[in-house]
Amino acid sequence: MNRRDFLKITGILAIGAASHQTAMILLSSEVKGDQAKKKRWAMAISFSACVKREGCRDCIDNCHLIHNVPEFTDNKDKIQWIWSSHYESVFGEQTNMFTKGMLKNLSILCLCNHCENPPCVKVCPTKATWKNKDGIIMIDYHRCIGCRYCMAACPYDARSFNWKDPKPFIKEINRDFPTRAKGVVEKCNFCEERITQGLLPACVEACPEKALTFGDLNDPESDISRLLKTRFSIQRKPHLGTDPKVFYLF
Amino acid sequence: MKKIILGLILFLLVAFLPLGYNIYTGKKAYIPVIKAPEDKKECVENVFIMRKRHNIVLEKWRDASVRHGIKKYVSLNGTYKISLTGTCLGCHSDKTQFCDRCHDYAGVKPRCWDCHNIPDKVAEK
Repeated sequence: MNRRDFLKITGILAIGAASHQTAMILLSSEVKGDQAKKKRWAMAISFSACVKREGCRDCIDNCHLIHNVPEFTDNKDKIQWIWSSHYESVFGEQTNMFTKGMLKNLSILCLCNHCENPPCVKVCPTKATWKNKDGIIMIDYHRCIGCRYCMAACPYDARSFNWKDPKPFIKEINRDFPTRAKGVVEKCNFCEERITQGLLPACVEACPEKALTFGDLNDPESDISRLLKTRFSIQRKPHLGTDPKVFYLF
Repeated sequence: MKKIILGLILFLLVAFLPLGYNIYTGKKAYIPVIKAPEDKKECVENVFIMRKRHNIVLEKWRDASVRHGIKKYVSLNGTYKISLTGTCLGCHSDKTQFCDRCHDYAGVKPRCWDCHNIPDKVAEK
């Protein structure tokens, strides 16, 4: 090889490397564009609308029916995807001597917050629980080994463990959704299976007062984005830095 | 020496007893017969693939649907909804005549049905 050939080959190689770099940059910008299309599902619960009907359980019943959530008679075995609880146990750090009396009978709807920084995902040793591309915290029941680290990590008590085989305790099995087995942890999945079909979550659909609003926070024109821009909202335990995606409106 | 030969003969007798029993009862060439759905011609994949590798197909379905949110399966035979209860049992409606026949014969105990619904059983309940 003479000097001229050597320079030619080096030049061609340099051009090749440069064009490869450009292609990579172009490709990565395409990927970024795709990321912008990602959803960030969230829910807003209006206190004032939710308390209108005393003792209403429509959202809970509909969710538990659709997802084959068992009803155990013993409280120790209880499994819940969505439930209502006292103000003080839900917003423990936001109480004072007056709220105790004033909000004594107020029950507040709770479900998995589908945190932006989910502590449950960090601790799972088998990656059975993870955050999907739309920000929903999922559980792969095939992979769950029932160690319950996630239950200890969740600051919202959103997860339940199947101490017993749940099947005999399901009143009416919904054929289209699987049940769970003994020894796995379960929780709300933000109706991932319904959202992919373009449906609203079961609880949102069931509410007779339209107290629940569900939508995409990445879309500034969505109902929930507009609602949260105009009304005062609070989150559960925001100081923990989990960034919950369930908002409570006054 | 006599004892050893006697022992060997006894051992061979016992060892080949199952084979002899099957020849005697006419079950030597037994192969489980499964009942394929009559009105359908093709499964989601070619029948040879399904026979040998249905477990792998199902594992792929599981990972695609649960972990990657892919709910449709496209093969040469068409597009299918990824659903064990809906799609698989939709055609192979009698699990005892289809899945269980081979699984029982081979001593395989898949744990699919711990959670996934069998339409007939749900109806019974």
